Amino acid sequence: MNKLIALLLALFSTFAHAEGAVSSEYRWLTFLVFSSIIAATMYITWRASKRVKSTADFYAAGNSISGLQNGWAIAGDYLSAASFLGIAGLISLYGYDGFMYSVGFLMGYIAVLLVIAEPCRNIGKYTLGDILAFRNDPKKARIIAAISTITVSIFYLTAQMVGGGVLVKTLIGIDYEVSVIAVGTLMLAYVVFGGMVATTYVQIVKAILLVIASLVLVTLVWMPYGFSLPAFLQAVVDNPNVQAQVAKLLGAAASTMSPQELGQRFLEPGLFLKDPIDQISLGMALVFGTAGLPHILMRFFTVPNAQAARKSVVWAMAIIGGFYVLTLFLGFGAAMHVGPETIGSIDKGGNMAAPLLAQYLGGGQNSLLGNFMLAFVAAVAFATIVAVVAGLVLASASAIAHDLYVNVIKDGNASQAQQMKAARIASIGVGIVAIFIGILAKGQNVAHLVGMAFAVAASSNLPAIFLTLYWKKCNTTGVVMGMLIGAGSAILLVLVSPNMTYPQKMIADAKTVLEGAPNKAASDATISTGLICEFFTICQKREAAKPATEAVISAPQKIAELKELLMRIRSQEAVAGINKQIAELEKSTNKANEDLAKFSTQTASIMGLEKPLFRLKNPGIISIPLGFLMVILFSLFTRDKRAEDLWEELYVRQNTGLHVEDVSH
Amino acid sequence: MAKSSIHWEAVEADPRFQQLHKDKNRFLWRMMLFSLAFYFLLPISTAYFPSILKVKIWGVINIGLLFALSQFIVAWIIAVIYAKRANTEFDVRAKTIINDAHNIKGVI
Repeated sequence: MNKLIALLLALFSTFAHAEGAVSSEYRWLTFLVFSSIIAATMYITWRASKRVKSTADFYAAGNSISGLQNGWAIAGDYLSAASFLGIAGLISLYGYDGFMYSVGFLMGYIAVLLVIAEPCRNIGKYTLGDILAFRNDPKKARIIAAISTITVSIFYLTAQMVGGGVLVKTLIGIDYEVSVIAVGTLMLAYVVFGGMVATTYVQIVKAILLVIASLVLVTLVWMPYGFSLPAFLQAVVDNPNVQAQVAKLLGAAASTMSPQELGQRFLEPGLFLKDPIDQISLGMALVFGTAGLPHILMRFFTVPNAQAARKSVVWAMAIIGGFYVLTLFLGFGAAMHVGPETIGSIDKGGNMAAPLLAQYLGGGQNSLLGNFMLAFVAAVAFATIVAVVAGLVLASASAIAHDLYVNVIKDGNASQAQQMKAARIASIGVGIVAIFIGILAKGQNVAHLVGMAFAVAASSNLPAIFLTLYWKKCNTTGVVMGMLIGAGSAILLVLVSPNMTYPQKMIADAKTVLEGAPNKAASDATISTGLICEFFTICQKREAAKPATEAVISAPQKIAELKELLMRIRSQEAVAGINKQIAELEKSTNKANEDLAKFSTQTASIMGLEKPLFRLKNPGIISIPLGFLMVILFSLFTRDKRAEDLWEELYVRQNTGLHVEDVSH
Repeated sequence: MAKSSIHWEAVEADPRFQQLHKDKNRFLWRMMLFSLAFYFLLPISTAYFPSILKVKIWGVINIGLLFALSQFIVAWIIAVIYAKRANTEFDVRAKTIINDAHNIKGVI
């Protein structure tokens, strides 16, 4: 059995690199599944286009979406490529730590449910700008809200476009640029013709397909263990693929561990998230960021009242949470059956874990059912990206057309026809920008962009919305300065963080591969010289004592050793294994040579830094409190009569929903 | 801005509204603080007390896995408790204020 899997995997990786994960024999099937799903969404868009007559239809689906429907739509928006493919992938590569992400993503909805959803429904009309403009200076509030909305959406969108391009390329082998343009064009069709109505129904259909596909996969992967959780996890612990992955991740520390201990380690924290403060910082961005994502906020304007908004969050939490529990099985299943090594070799972030598991469960690379299931999961993932991008484009377009054009430039004096025209033009504009960014960002590391979107949303949008809704003294200056400083600090910290590329480190890493490295002596623990040193590299951070490490042998030397070994070995299986190792070493040698050539002329990152100034990958722990603090300080030191005068009206409205129908500004 | 016939300051000062917002805020803050504390206990314990999370209690299932799964259960329970209280109590109390809003004039 294991031999068969190994053979399959070997076959698989050759195909994957040549022409995508689907073999050419089954291409027709992939195209059939993709076109059926695309056709279904186009039918929805065509039906929806007849219902979109006013801006209320275009931006808010005419408040006609029910709580349950909106719950599915929110779940659809949230289960983007990052959280569906990404989390299953992280679990398949790092076990427990991958699952930690999903907990944070879900917990973000508690803030949405308790303090954001209903007041936003009661106060706003189409955008974040509507909420902030209620009692703050309308023009200033709308301008800053639009800037923030567009910033968050563009970060999120770039990650989705690049992710989508890579996904389609890896799965079915069509060019990256072609798939980015396909995602962009399709998304524009939904948005321009069907507005929020089409975007919502496409999102609902996609979310249902996604849940069905995952349920089928989880049933297949869990059934052999009689649906027993301990038995399933015992199999994970006993699995040689999993044990090998843990051994690889732990390096020298693994040499003293038994296979059982290695497997068990996969179910324990610390394989991926290593820095404690960074983990808490990430948690803060996830928990506070969700409530500030403009494309999620926008969903609350599509329901008729606060009760429906509440119902939709409860449904969304049930669906999203249930789905994340399923990803635990998808991730572990992929780790066992496909193997972390194969998953990581096709895509470093593990994004292919769920699609590859689908193929395996259907019967593998050469079976009709296996390829059908792969195609189905891939098509759903594709629809996911298109639909999420559609939501993001709609959020940005509404900020441009409704906030900036209609309410700032035209002072609110625009006819329905003009407003609709502005909305469609803005959508097309944002859509084209999205396609360009997607193509320009080809090959860039965009994984940190979703994290950055959450961090900016949590540091800028959330403090502004929350304090506008709940704090009497909050005013325009506070909101504007808080949002600028909150968002600015989050972005700046990421720009000087370890997420960026530092040429000197790349060169040093490449040299280690090519020339090896000498052994290191054990180091003593160091004492922190202050709290600030835990965050910035300007001084020494507290560090635990480190054991001595063995010397690293260079890749060329290892290759030579393996080739020598090859001469003496007869067993075919062992020869295949060694050849595979050699191929991988050659790959890393080539990569190191490329890096050396690429970075040899550079000495600093794009910010002109030789090494990161900020120690953490996630800025939330600093930028979120800073955002709140700035809103509070600037509000306390300035006075704004309008913000004070309208407080009672806002507060009564947000609590009771009184007069929700004639919010006229 | 359109002139509305509702006297917002008076509605805000109405004892029924004051009591509603007081009860609601107290309830929301408690739920919010509890959920945040419970959530951040997870990254804090994976970071500083990993040995506790590694204790196996049901086959290979350790405290860490159960703790992570319990986060889902807690999130759902909070959602249900809030929805129930809001549906049966806060909505009803808000409704009486809405129905009476045009008559609340205050003494200004």
